[in-house]
Amino acid sequence: MVENRPWLTAFSHLVVILGVLIIAFPVWMTFVASTHDASTMLRSPVPLLPGPYLIQNYKEILFQGYARTSGIPLTIALMNSMIMALGICIGKILISITAAFAIVYFRFPFRMAAFWAIFVTLMLPVEVRIVPTYGVVAGLGMINSYSGLIIPLIASATATFLFRQFFLSVPDELAEASRVDGAGPMRFFVDILLPMSRTTIAALFVIQFIYGWNQYLWPLLVTNHESFYTAVMVVARQATAVDATPSWNLIMAAAMLAMLPPVLVVVFMQRQFVRGLVETEK
Amino acid sequence: MEKRVTFDEKTLPYLLVLPQIVITLVFFFWPSAQMIWQSMLLEDAFGGNTRFVWFENFAHLFQDPAYYRSAAITAVFSGAVAVLGLALSLLLAVMADRVIKGATAYKAFLVWPYAVAPAVVGVLWGFLFNPSVGIVAWALRNLFGYEFNYVLNGGQALVLVVFAAVWSQISYNFLFFLAGLQSIPRSLIEAAAIDGAGPGRRFWTIIFPLLSPTGFFLLVVNVIYAFFGTFGVVDALTKGGPAKATEILVFKVYNDGFRGQDLGGSAAQSAILMAIVILLTVVQFRFIERKVHY
Repeated sequence: MVENRPWLTAFSHLVVILGVLIIAFPVWMTFVASTHDASTMLRSPVPLLPGPYLIQNYKEILFQGYARTSGIPLTIALMNSMIMALGICIGKILISITAAFAIVYFRFPFRMAAFWAIFVTLMLPVEVRIVPTYGVVAGLGMINSYSGLIIPLIASATATFLFRQFFLSVPDELAEASRVDGAGPMRFFVDILLPMSRTTIAALFVIQFIYGWNQYLWPLLVTNHESFYTAVMVVARQATAVDATPSWNLIMAAAMLAMLPPVLVVVFMQRQFVRGLVETEK
Repeated sequence: MEKRVTFDEKTLPYLLVLPQIVITLVFFFWPSAQMIWQSMLLEDAFGGNTRFVWFENFAHLFQDPAYYRSAAITAVFSGAVAVLGLALSLLLAVMADRVIKGATAYKAFLVWPYAVAPAVVGVLWGFLFNPSVGIVAWALRNLFGYEFNYVLNGGQALVLVVFAAVWSQISYNFLFFLAGLQSIPRSLIEAAAIDGAGPGRRFWTIIFPLLSPTGFFLLVVNVIYAFFGTFGVVDALTKGGPAKATEILVFKVYNDGFRGQDLGGSAAQSAILMAIVILLTVVQFRFIERKVHY
């Protein structure tokens, strides 16, 4: 602190605390709603403090589902989300790290063409090519499959650039030394580069897990069977279903469960998260 | 920058880039090319005849008042999301930066909204403002006598979508602003303080100008986010309604292409959106080049 202004400091604390409370309020209300019974949540004003139905609601949504829309247990949707998020995460890291390795450590015809092809994908988000991409995926018979949920999303310019950036900062002496010792490129990659990339991989893992888990438009396009719906999709479907007496307690319990895994990842891996967020924007 | 030391292999590098390139070609380039091709085709209502019509679909689009309406809604929406999001997160970041003690604790309480899926954010805000059971709608009605019904009122629906979208993006902006603030040399601020500049004056003459690269970067990112990243918020909250009052361009592409089955028109809209995203990406990268020399 440059100078001592107790009032200003107190004011700063007040503003930030107010901000924190306002930001947390929607989630607090969601949590409160998930702990009451359905009829309480239909009487306005709804309670501001938790009720006694927490375990019952979560049990019902997890193992029986929301009968008004589909009635499949949320555990299935959560499992689908987990498979999709981990698949996207691992897939992206795998194909990006190998591509970056090839682009940095080899000289081959079309090297720059490959680099630019990957770069241009930044300018083609799925939102602008919705219909034709759906056509391609349908043509390949990937509707309602995990491969359809995962593979079209794993190309990643940002991850490739991040690894490329990191590899460029690795001292040349390491590659030289391993060559002198007779190690081939794959040996160098597995024994030296991979262990050195640990922190980059961890940062990317956090960011891409959140990205994969929170996908909405893509699963909406490539799935039309309940057994492949993701948790985020199920929550949105339940909440927007036209219904005179919605069970807000169950809808909100599902919403809590759908946001829990990525929020836990951010909270417990905050350092990697911040790093990943800042680095991928370079 | 290039490596001096490289490996000599003929086929290995191709095998290494192959998976990424195949996915890029099959799921990015091929559909994009198809989209541009489709934007010049006209299909009759029964899907029987397809004709090549050059830019007729674009011409239709530019004569369509509904398209201009959607474009105007998108402009208002993204402007509001960017301005409100940046202003609020800058305020929080400046205040958090002032209090050295607790800054990291506050950070932990402000970063997690990033992890909540936009579609879930839509559900959360829809519940708060639900006309029959929403606690905020209730409070507005009974404490302030203000009737808030986003299901019927288009203007209120747009306001609500903006709030939800800002909430979803605020932690991202906050983190970048906080990092920007923490990289400003303390000596500059101390020198100004010794010269007698108060906190307000220091903010506007030193901190704010030094933050402008971060602010500009975030502006571009927020506009890209408002254009493309908010589909989930809109779909879960209003589905573009009521009466298309929140139908932003991305949502219109989806609606016309999937619900309306107007493939040519949807593809033409996609092509225009693609031009916008290319423009924004170029701006973003030009800017980052400058940031290095700043």
